[in-house]
Amino acid sequence: MTVASPPRTNPPKDRRPGNTRYKTYSDWANNHRKWLFAAPAMIFVGILIIFPLGWTMYLSLTDSSGSVRAESDFIGFANYAEVLADTDRFWPAVGRTFAFTSVALAVQMILGMCIALLLWRPFKGEKWVRVAILLPLVATPVAVGMMWRLIFDPNIGFANQVLAFVGIPAQPWLSGQSTALPTVIFIDIWQWTPMVVIILLAGLTSLSEEPDEAARIDGANAWQRFRYVTVPLLMPTIIVAVLLRSIDALKTFDLLYATKGRGGGSFNEVETLNIYAYGLSFDYNDYGLSSTVLIIFFLIIIAAMWVLTRRRKDV
Amino acid sequence: MSTIAPNLTQGSTKPAGIPARRKKPLRRQGYKIFRIVALTLVVLAFIAPLVWMFLASLKTNVDIYDAGKTLIFSPTTANYETVLGRNNYFSFVFNSFWVAFASTALSLIIGVPAAYSMSRFAMRRSAVVVLMARIIPGVSLLVPWYYVFSNLSLVGGYGVLILSHMFVALPLIVYIMMSYYDSMPLELEEAARVDGLTHIGAFLRITLPLSVGGVATAGILAFIFSWNNFMFALVLSGAETKTLPVAIFNFVAYASIDWGGLMAASVVVTIPIMVIALFTQKYIVSGLTAGATKG
Repeated sequence: MTVASPPRTNPPKDRRPGNTRYKTYSDWANNHRKWLFAAPAMIFVGILIIFPLGWTMYLSLTDSSGSVRAESDFIGFANYAEVLADTDRFWPAVGRTFAFTSVALAVQMILGMCIALLLWRPFKGEKWVRVAILLPLVATPVAVGMMWRLIFDPNIGFANQVLAFVGIPAQPWLSGQSTALPTVIFIDIWQWTPMVVIILLAGLTSLSEEPDEAARIDGANAWQRFRYVTVPLLMPTIIVAVLLRSIDALKTFDLLYATKGRGGGSFNEVETLNIYAYGLSFDYNDYGLSSTVLIIFFLIIIAAMWVLTRRRKDV
Repeated sequence: MSTIAPNLTQGSTKPAGIPARRKKPLRRQGYKIFRIVALTLVVLAFIAPLVWMFLASLKTNVDIYDAGKTLIFSPTTANYETVLGRNNYFSFVFNSFWVAFASTALSLIIGVPAAYSMSRFAMRRSAVVVLMARIIPGVSLLVPWYYVFSNLSLVGGYGVLILSHMFVALPLIVYIMMSYYDSMPLELEEAARVDGLTHIGAFLRITLPLSVGGVATAGILAFIFSWNNFMFALVLSGAETKTLPVAIFNFVAYASIDWGGLMAASVVVTIPIMVIALFTQKYIVSGLTAGATKG
């Protein structure tokens, strides 16, 4: 076996021996197996994504409304003009989407990092703490929303009972104009911080000890070792956590629906882009406008992911 | 921290060393206590609301309204009797199980080979197509889906729910299995090739059995996410095919809420998933962290 070719940039992926006859055969087989295996999944997802996206894009250029089957006229970019000029509902929804995502994400990352550091070194009863942390994560979001709706109920909720005990007047929590958004952010933090903990903990346990030891010998204190050794080494994991959490936080739906929808009041105070588009589609049946909002929302998500993944390559 | 110093010197069997070295174990002891306190608080914060939900599900609505009966009350199973008896709840439990199970199984069948292929041949662009399903907001798919599926008169049936939940399960499975295969050595498969198996034979008879752990991880997580999914069933299910997260809303009226029944219904939704999580936590953790540590 002669290795004539220069060293590949990605050796583990390239495992063809130099023998040309074998190579021709295996190339042929590989090529066909490759698509044979991948095609069903890609076709499935492709049909279920590409067609709806195309259709949403088309709808966003029409005045479709009323019924999905109703006649609609092509109106060009009029919907986009209307949406982008809408400072009443659209832009506040954009603001809330970003407020929700950024605050929840920031708190989850900081809190998650603290808890992950607490759990880092082995201790007795570790298993039970891990189970406790896993429970919010796997609990059904709608049930979690209902649970917090009872706890934050202005009249009978535990939250106000605690406040009364401390002597603070009762708060409207989920029904208050200015308290609703912070409250749902709190619930999101409760449910999804464990996700960050678990990801960061996996990153921490896979770090090698040497750099930390070296810094210790050089006289770095705990904070310095964390700031200048652990965090930089953990950066790829941190970015994965940020990426996963921001994708899900941007399009939070079930939590908001459970706490604010059906019988919980209106969505006004917590109306994010996702909720706004859902309302336009299924409450007002204004498909043209909702499609426009969704296309813009989609572009925002893609842009956010693009920025985050570019960062990832820098590290 | 100085208060624990006596304890420390008593507990230490070593003779007192150089003064400078004493500081370290002292600090460790302080950290240990801090850690116990902090972790207790963390566990309480994560568990307490769930306990609260469970307690409320055992109370009458009168007791729920009574602040004095927060922890001490006479438990009743009336709420569970309402939930499981009157509301046809077992059929919703069955719907949730069936939809989650079928969508997970079908997604595994098409997702595992796809992940294998994408991992082995570095089909990163193709992988992005599948992972797009995770990024796209589900609302943008609902109107077109609703239109097409209602024209095919599928809305309200199991098929459309299973398809839409596959959309949740498949990207998850592909993501987890890709990182699983990325870290799996190729030697055994190559040995099988040398022994005369075809590529596909080597995959089916060597690689697949070896990746049972990964398949279990992906399957459990896909099941959980499908079980918990709410939005697709909200729009695409019919009265007969509602899944549990949608059926919870049976207890919510615009004017008043049957809190006891609602909490019992919430417990019924969460219990199966928590039991699964307790027994399979190792797999869940490895699934959630798939790909996270490689950067």
